[in-house]
Amino acid sequence: MDGTQQVEDAWSVAGRTFRSRLIVGTGKYKDYAQNAAAAEAAGAEIVTVALRRVNLSDPSQPMLVDYVKPDRFTFLPNTAGCFTGEDAVRTLRLAREAGGWDLVKLEVLSNTPHLLPDMEETLRALKLLIADGFQVMVYCSDDPVYAKKLEDAGAAAIMPAAAPIGSGRGIQNFLNLGLIIEQSSVPVLVDAGVGTASDAVLAMEMGCDAVLMNTAIAEAREPIRMAVAMKHAVIAGREAWLAGRMAKRSYGDPSSPMGGLI
Amino acid sequence: MNLTVNGEPRAFPPLADLTALIAELGLDGRKVAIERNLEIVPRSAYGKTRLLDGDRIEIVHFIGGG
Repeated sequence: MDGTQQVEDAWSVAGRTFRSRLIVGTGKYKDYAQNAAAAEAAGAEIVTVALRRVNLSDPSQPMLVDYVKPDRFTFLPNTAGCFTGEDAVRTLRLAREAGGWDLVKLEVLSNTPHLLPDMEETLRALKLLIADGFQVMVYCSDDPVYAKKLEDAGAAAIMPAAAPIGSGRGIQNFLNLGLIIEQSSVPVLVDAGVGTASDAVLAMEMGCDAVLMNTAIAEAREPIRMAVAMKHAVIAGREAWLAGRMAKRSYGDPSSPMGGLI
Repeated sequence: MNLTVNGEPRAFPPLADLTALIAELGLDGRKVAIERNLEIVPRSAYGKTRLLDGDRIEIVHFIGGG
């Protein structure tokens, strides 16, 4: 790139191509209107969604799809709340019927306060979902060994946690995340644990293909403004990765020539 | 007739099929997915899916999530 010609920097997952490298969740917002505004402000093309029972006592209550519209965003149904492979398959089959897509986010959490993934069950669930025809983006721990097993089993994307869901702690294990990025031939996304814009920049500067976040935007004092910040952070980190950072030195190196001094 | 809908046993007037149940509940069939006795019913089959006493129905939709 010479500054006169912008080459489009798209990424692909499961045969679908996207320009935005920021995927946003749709939970924890004040209301669906704020949620939709945040997703727009983030420039997101993909949003994660959950599947739950309809509230039969009040069928007139607002519905997500009336605000965050499926013709504007690619819905990525998740398996939040599922603790077994069978639960995940049942949930995503219903999601496929509700929306008609096969690109999904698998998350099988341990039933613990830290919410970290149950990787043994995640891998088992992945195999069940692939056998059922799904394209599966897999939320996982930052363990390169399990990440490789997921890829070998056919995961469409590897999505290691930076830190526990909703913790806002940023990337806790740069070494492991770097190893996962290096070894993977499918997209790698940091999913969960981002707290603020610099966390997203760091993930992208390491070479992640995209970042997925929810709480960092939804729980900001001004969610729409934070969505804008995250949009710029992901772009900045990506551009820095593509540009290739300068070498680090131990000593100073003058920016102004030392020759021609008066 | 008696159906269990989303885990709650409920009494309904006689309902011919899933389309009638959706109308009875005041829902928009285009925005939900339905399981009858643990089997997914495609949207195109709501009008052909007859209901029997004791059926267990799950009606779900997309909500916000991360």
